[in-house]
Amino acid sequence: MARRLWITALIVPPLAFVALFVVYPIISAFAYAFFQWHGLARGEFVGFANFYKVLFTQPYADWTVNAFTHNVLVFFALMVLQNGIGFLLAYCVWRELPGAAFHRIAVFLPVVLSTIIVGFLFKLFLHPLFGVVNISLRGTGLGWLAQPWLGQGSTALWSLIIANAWHMVGFPTLVFLAGMQRIPGEILDAVRMETESEWVKISKVVWPLVAPSATVVFTLLFVGSFNWFELPYIMAGVDGSPHKSTDVLGLYFYRTAFGDQSGSGQDFGAGSALAVLIFVFIAVFAGFITFRLRKREIQI
Amino acid sequence: MKKLIMSTIVALGAVATALPAWAEELSFWSWRQEDKAQYEKFIKAFEAKNPGITVKFETFEATNYNTILSTALAGGSGPDLMFARAYGGLENVANAGYLLPLDKTNVPALEKFAPAAVAAETVRSSKITYAVPFASQTMLVIYNKDLFDKNGLKEPETYDDLVKASEKLKAAGVMPFGNGTATAWQNEVMVGGIASSLMGKGFYDDLMAGKADFTDKRYVEALTKLKDITKYFPDGFIGLDYASSQQLFASGMAGMFVGGSYEIANFKKQNPKMNMGIFAMPGMKAGDQKLVAQYFDGGYAVNAKTTKKDAALKFVNFLASQEFGQMFADDLNNISAVPGVAFKDALLGEVAELNKNSIPYIMLVHFRYGEPSGSVLLQGEIQKLFGGKATPEEVGKNLTTGLAAWYAPFKK
Repeated sequence: MARRLWITALIVPPLAFVALFVVYPIISAFAYAFFQWHGLARGEFVGFANFYKVLFTQPYADWTVNAFTHNVLVFFALMVLQNGIGFLLAYCVWRELPGAAFHRIAVFLPVVLSTIIVGFLFKLFLHPLFGVVNISLRGTGLGWLAQPWLGQGSTALWSLIIANAWHMVGFPTLVFLAGMQRIPGEILDAVRMETESEWVKISKVVWPLVAPSATVVFTLLFVGSFNWFELPYIMAGVDGSPHKSTDVLGLYFYRTAFGDQSGSGQDFGAGSALAVLIFVFIAVFAGFITFRLRKREIQI
Repeated sequence: MKKLIMSTIVALGAVATALPAWAEELSFWSWRQEDKAQYEKFIKAFEAKNPGITVKFETFEATNYNTILSTALAGGSGPDLMFARAYGGLENVANAGYLLPLDKTNVPALEKFAPAAVAAETVRSSKITYAVPFASQTMLVIYNKDLFDKNGLKEPETYDDLVKASEKLKAAGVMPFGNGTATAWQNEVMVGGIASSLMGKGFYDDLMAGKADFTDKRYVEALTKLKDITKYFPDGFIGLDYASSQQLFASGMAGMFVGGSYEIANFKKQNPKMNMGIFAMPGMKAGDQKLVAQYFDGGYAVNAKTTKKDAALKFVNFLASQEFGQMFADDLNNISAVPGVAFKDALLGEVAELNKNSIPYIMLVHFRYGEPSGSVLLQGEIQKLFGGKATPEEVGKNLTTGLAAWYAPFKK
């Protein structure tokens, strides 16, 4: 009896905390999405009108598609630049190439920095007049390559993607490295008797055996890419400047729900509808990805 | 027993001294973090005359202010008094019923305010005013007098004068303009500060009368000239953010800065030694009316649900008084909306003078009442124009068709 009481006492507070601060807000956002809002006062029940508005009426439909397309691009670009390079770095460190001890730490260091610092740092790097990128280009006779990186639709989003990859590449590296270190020595010895080819080792042995790490890293990247907010907010501003070429669902939702001091009004209903759509999309696809990737994992 | 009586007396005494102060403490929220010291001074002046009322001034970061205020008001924990935005931003909060209507019965001084100022804090459909307007802002050109003198330059009288002056500064190794447009809202500022004189008052009147839209030749031509003048903006200005562009001018690296009158106080603080002048952008010919773009910034509003309504109204009446307007102009270097304020600062006086030839800052004043707002459209379209992704004609067309979604006169 005392034991049961003890367990209850331990479980109830965190459960109440989660219910109050996680479950309740999510459910209320769901509820908000079905009402019309006059500024901040809740109006009448409108069913799916807010969802219809953000998906099918102009200008929202174009904005939604534009932001969503950018999230998709960010996901695939980071899959290559962050997870791909992360895997290669992990492999190099695991194989103990020269300098591995140093790189094991150096690669992970940026992950520790806060996104705000990284955002401002890259804004300075990419400054059109005094930024180290343009100054280096001019200094090495490549002045024609110097660009207003964050001011052009063609380069702004890619600048943010690269900043993000630099910041976070240490995370997949670490996860993959841990996965590689779990591979039993006997398997590696057996492989070594068969072949000397690194490619065969990677593709036939290491890659299948780090599948659990890949599941974690891919799923987290998926969730992160579609919730992307801090870095674009810091580097491009809430408007997805220039001309919405860096707009992503997170910024778009924030602007719609809370308004943008320098431009537009707020629409809680449409904002909540967007939040619900983002949430459902991420939940469904992340579940699907996890399910599919789990299937290919091998138990050692 | 004796101990109990003693402690009761002490406790009662503490409550008695604390109670009046606590009962009449008004909370006052603002987005002007940089003006905190000055507001505290204004509040002291008020408190000296109104014993028993204290005002607690709290500031929040400007970009998040709307969100914070909205959330607090919706949750019933808002302040007694607050800074409210103007135009569409005001309507968002006022239409939800969070603000106390103000009129000549509870704030008599409002009657003497300029109609344009009161209109900024009035909901269009109901004609109810919800805030005492505090300041107007003017989009104009600020220039570095020392750099102009050194290069033998005068305030330009025509567009060509401006081009020549820019050439001369450039030849002398000075950036003619310090502006950058990576920060979206700066693009709207460029249109207000540079294109107002070029499009002319006639265009504005026709636009309001429903006789013209943004595809009008006068507007498109003004945008063309705007794009041309960016030749004298810093290299890569489309990637230059707002803070960097301010620094270019404040540090004396650039000769001119297109911006709001709110920049003057800021530049003075950053570089007190700099000699500044201002002018309204000239038109194409010497006789063309030189126009600035003006709008009202925001106002002071009372929470409809405040429990200290009388005290709050007393304070708002103080904020509408000439005494306050004068302090506001003197200490904050801003154009107070209170009528009859004399400007000690020469530049401020000049701004007030320029305001006599002005058109409203069009998108903010007239086109922020629906989605997509004119400001959002214009900011994006001008970024396209400057980035070489759209022609002036396309910008005019996109603005008109975009606004047609909710602006009746543009619906065909």
